[in-house]
Amino acid sequence: MATTAMHATHKILAAAAGKDHVSPGEVVTAKVDLAGINDVYLIVVRSFREMLGTKVWDPRKVYIFLDHNTPASDLKVAEAQKAFREFAGEQGCCLTEINEGIGHNLLPERGLARPGSVIVITDSHTPIHGAYGAFAAGLGATDMAAVLIEGSTWFRVPDVVNIRLTGKPGPGIMAKDAALSILGRLGTDFGTYKVIEFSGPVVEDLPMEERMVLTVMATEMGAKSAFIKPDRTTIDDVKGYTSEPFTVYETDPGFRYAAEYEFDLSGLKPQVALPHSVDNVRNVEEAEGIPIDQVFVGSCTGGKLYDIETVAKTLAGKKIAGGTRLVVTMSTRETVQKAIRKGYYQILLDAGASITSPGCGACSGLLGGIVAARERCVSTANRNFPGRMGGSVEAEVYLASPLTAAATALTGKLTSPERL
Amino acid sequence: MKISGKAVVYNHDNISTDQIFPGQYGYIQDMKEMAEHTLEGADRTIRERFRTVGNIFVSGSNFGCGSSREFAVIVLIESGVKAVIVKSAARIWYRNAVNLGLPVLFCPTLPDAVAEGAEVEIDLEKGTVLDVATGALHQGEAPSEFIIGIYREGGIKPLMRKKALERSQKKERAGD
Repeated sequence: MATTAMHATHKILAAAAGKDHVSPGEVVTAKVDLAGINDVYLIVVRSFREMLGTKVWDPRKVYIFLDHNTPASDLKVAEAQKAFREFAGEQGCCLTEINEGIGHNLLPERGLARPGSVIVITDSHTPIHGAYGAFAAGLGATDMAAVLIEGSTWFRVPDVVNIRLTGKPGPGIMAKDAALSILGRLGTDFGTYKVIEFSGPVVEDLPMEERMVLTVMATEMGAKSAFIKPDRTTIDDVKGYTSEPFTVYETDPGFRYAAEYEFDLSGLKPQVALPHSVDNVRNVEEAEGIPIDQVFVGSCTGGKLYDIETVAKTLAGKKIAGGTRLVVTMSTRETVQKAIRKGYYQILLDAGASITSPGCGACSGLLGGIVAARERCVSTANRNFPGRMGGSVEAEVYLASPLTAAATALTGKLTSPERL
Repeated sequence: MKISGKAVVYNHDNISTDQIFPGQYGYIQDMKEMAEHTLEGADRTIRERFRTVGNIFVSGSNFGCGSSREFAVIVLIESGVKAVIVKSAARIWYRNAVNLGLPVLFCPTLPDAVAEGAEVEIDLEKGTVLDVATGALHQGEAPSEFIIGIYREGGIKPLMRKKALERSQKKERAGD
């Protein structure tokens, strides 16, 4: 049989399925290298029991992340987290505690996001780990319960879309602006059931934390998974955290993408997604001056050290505008520690920020910066659906880069960082 | 698999899981209590219409986008929904629906044509839906054999239970 050229992510799935070759559309059963559950989904444990599960297939590969609601905001949450601790104790699997931060950001810090691995987590933003050359997809709770028993799950081998980022982005432009401009042009479902690969000279120049913004925002483009070809930057980063071996798969020459797009970022202006859709994107300058009640800097997307550094450097020696709140939720404990050592924590406090403990925070809409009806929030997170930040469908969420968020905090109005 | 019933129509695109089941209710452990918030972020009347009008839910494209929360399928099932017909759906929501045995048909034409309360008949294997009153037969996308196989078992929980029982029977036969 003539074999067609394969994409790197197809090779990952083929290896995990024990096959030499897979093709888009084919359903494969792939072994999982890491299965993660976050604290919203105690239902995984219930489904595990209903499926007559007794022991997880490999406790070293199962992670429970207490990250969505930390420290517990009410009794139901406290009970769920207690049940998770008991399950982890019984099964001997790994559990990250309420002080440690967002699972998605803990994986790279622990060398668990590795090229060539198959990662499934009960969280839609799991494609973030494609920045490390992993095949990473979000799963629902019942799916996850089956993974805990069998150590594998089924995937329909996806088509791949390639997005090349070229040109010379200006100094006020971050990966978030690039992601929002892609969403503005291509919408929220062009990547459904597909892998979105990000490539091109702009991507190659980005640090890992900025690459993760592209791959996490692929979720908002509908993607099943995302991918950035591992390079020196990736490999050095991973080796800085782990000595575990990993495999870098290369896409075959002549591989046919389902679609290819090029975005020339030269001259791109700072971008904002207006309420209530991630693809309702404008140049910030077109919407400048809208009064903003709260600025939220946080989440797996916008609460990394790079984001905190960006905001702190913009706010250094300044105060946020009266009438505006700045809520900062750093992604992990390590981020907090580094922010303290580098002086960013002090700068943010001095500027007037409310700094919460690390975790998903207000992005989950559960605690730590809920927005009231008819209030407006500029957020460095990833979605602005109605009700996303705490349930009021009348609360307005504007998605922007950390730079735009910082500029906005200083004026109390939506502000382009080009004015700084 | 054939499913028939009356349509409850909410023909909008990009209905997110935050609207189907707002995140702040995620720690409720009782399914019935959860279902009290079904589609609350979209239109609070829909839940009542599942009781008074019908149990085939019809919506637009990219249905169920956003969070991976399975509750966005569970609350529909708990509200009595027997099948969902949408122009298209987000991947994780669709996969959750398959896993929980909730039939979903992708049909680009029916949502724009069907009236609230209309009697519809779905043939899942053929990927069709008949609007009984108008006689219009809408062709959607037939699910793959693999997906139909999961539906026939009633979702993956019964499938996994069956596998577990087979494993334990094998063990018994082997005498350990």
